[in-house]
Amino acid sequence: MHATASNAATPLERSAGTGRAAKDARNDLIFGGVLKACALIVLLSLIGAAGSTLWLGQDAFRTFGWGFLTSAAWDPSNDQYGALVPIMGTVGTAFIALLFAVPISFGIALFLTEIAPQWLRGPVASAIELLAGIPSIIYGMWGLFIFAPFVATHIKPWLMNNFSADPPDGQVSWLVQHVPFIAKFFSSEYPFFGAGVLTAGLVLAVMIIPFISSVMREVFQTVPTRLKESAYALGSSTWEVVWDIVVPYTRTAVIGGVFLGLGRALGETMAVAFVLGNTFKFSLSFLETGSSIASTIANQFGEAQGLQRSALMAIAFLLFVVTFIVLLIARLMLRRLATKEGN
Amino acid sequence: MSASLYTKRRITNVVAMVLSVTATGIGLLFLAWILWETLSQGITALKPQLFTKITAYREEGGLANAMVGSLILNILGILIATPIGVAAGTWLAEYSRRSRLGPTIRFLNDILLSAPSIVLGLFVYTIVVLPSKYLSNGNITFSGIAGGVALALIALPVIVRTTDEMLRLVPGTLREAALSLGVPQWKLTTQILIRAARSGIVTGVLLALARISGETAPLLFTAFGNNFMTFNPLDKMPSLPQVIYEYTKDPSPDINTLAWAGAFVLTMFVLALSLIARLAFRSKVSHD
Repeated sequence: MHATASNAATPLERSAGTGRAAKDARNDLIFGGVLKACALIVLLSLIGAAGSTLWLGQDAFRTFGWGFLTSAAWDPSNDQYGALVPIMGTVGTAFIALLFAVPISFGIALFLTEIAPQWLRGPVASAIELLAGIPSIIYGMWGLFIFAPFVATHIKPWLMNNFSADPPDGQVSWLVQHVPFIAKFFSSEYPFFGAGVLTAGLVLAVMIIPFISSVMREVFQTVPTRLKESAYALGSSTWEVVWDIVVPYTRTAVIGGVFLGLGRALGETMAVAFVLGNTFKFSLSFLETGSSIASTIANQFGEAQGLQRSALMAIAFLLFVVTFIVLLIARLMLRRLATKEGN
Repeated sequence: MSASLYTKRRITNVVAMVLSVTATGIGLLFLAWILWETLSQGITALKPQLFTKITAYREEGGLANAMVGSLILNILGILIATPIGVAAGTWLAEYSRRSRLGPTIRFLNDILLSAPSIVLGLFVYTIVVLPSKYLSNGNITFSGIAGGVALALIALPVIVRTTDEMLRLVPGTLREAALSLGVPQWKLTTQILIRAARSGIVTGVLLALARISGETAPLLFTAFGNNFMTFNPLDKMPSLPQVIYEYTKDPSPDINTLAWAGAFVLTMFVLALSLIARLAFRSKVSHD
């Protein structure tokens, strides 16, 4: 019955129907294609960023070869470039940033998930997230005018008195006399000058705390309540529940969060450009000035020509590849959490 | 013996709790410290001339051209990034189910979200600024357009991600209902799904705007900066973060104070935007 009814439609109606369907199908195809093209822009911009820096940096790679990575020369007047000092500055500041940011972020996440009363959690979490909203140029200004002088008057002299071979107070400490190499990491030609690897690392630490702590907080919340309750029921203290239940349960994601922070710290530009000092002298000391890859590009790219521009592009390529790998690891580790959460 | 173990465990616990509270205190202390300094250092220069005069007059000047430039650059960035980002996010949420490309792009988008902005700036320098010499008698020209493209590249992943997430929150029954009425998928997407996720998408755009208004590094070699008022996006264009950068490095304390005032305005703008975005988002979530 039904079939005859539909067959009874006039040819005109039928052709209008299929015409409409065909038009819809065509529109759907076009629409889907346009959307897909837009999605591919994401892919293209990543490939493009890597490709363009490699392309324009090839002169530097070709001229200096592998020595580019190990040479500490950065001398625009003689057209000699080596990436060692910027690489060390980038790695050193990121290392210090993690050293301080990870335990503090852990403490904040712990406070927000286990300790704080319910009414306090929201406001404190929002306040910590505000730290992530402050533009990096503001961190740079604050670092340059406020924090670097603070380090110079309160932190650096103390560190030098205790750990360096030429302390401002003239008395070489017991530690320096008995522990080899330690003085190498804490020497400085200018005891009362605040800019340096340590200062930049500390500013970076403040900048990445909100990222790491929010990841940690989120993953701590995924731990099943019954798991924690059973531990409490057996008589565990809060700390034991966190350290023996929550942390092992969320380990991968916590490491992912730390890598996310590391990725941010490696690529951060403006704040570091202000408080690192922008010198190109090779030094192992955390109290000496230095330069990072990103700050070198920010400071020099505007006026750079020829081989210098190529060298800057080359270090940008290195930075991009390294942050890409770090972020890749971070996201892979965080993704496992998402699947765990789904179960 | 067991009493001493108990005491030890209690002490460990108390120490850990105290350290945790201290860590939170340190975080909040730095927030308060930075906000307080921006306010107290900048407040003396918060005069009408900050908003009316341009940077060319230095000590007697203001930041009017930088603010206008920032506004133009941000609008350009958002105008470029929003349609592309919403489209890409829609594709990820609605169209990529059967392809392997979808998860890959979603994953890469998350990486682009945290990629160093200075490298993205160099990329835009390569594809927009360098080719400009073929259009303008061999001169390489920095331009507002280039700055806008750089900012768009930074805003893009934020918009893609929120659009994707918001669309996936839309209940499947809505899709089924529409499709069973014979609505073609493009109509379903544009007229029902995007409309249902609209407030979430707007939140994403606001967050993206907050993110790009503070960006400095990629503008240094795309928009480049300029001491005069310009409305022409083909010209070099000043921006607030970039003028703050220049003025912070200046040896003159008066110029530094201007930079602080600019920093105060910028910080308040960015924080207000992200607060509005969060509040809008929260009210939406609680509605559902």
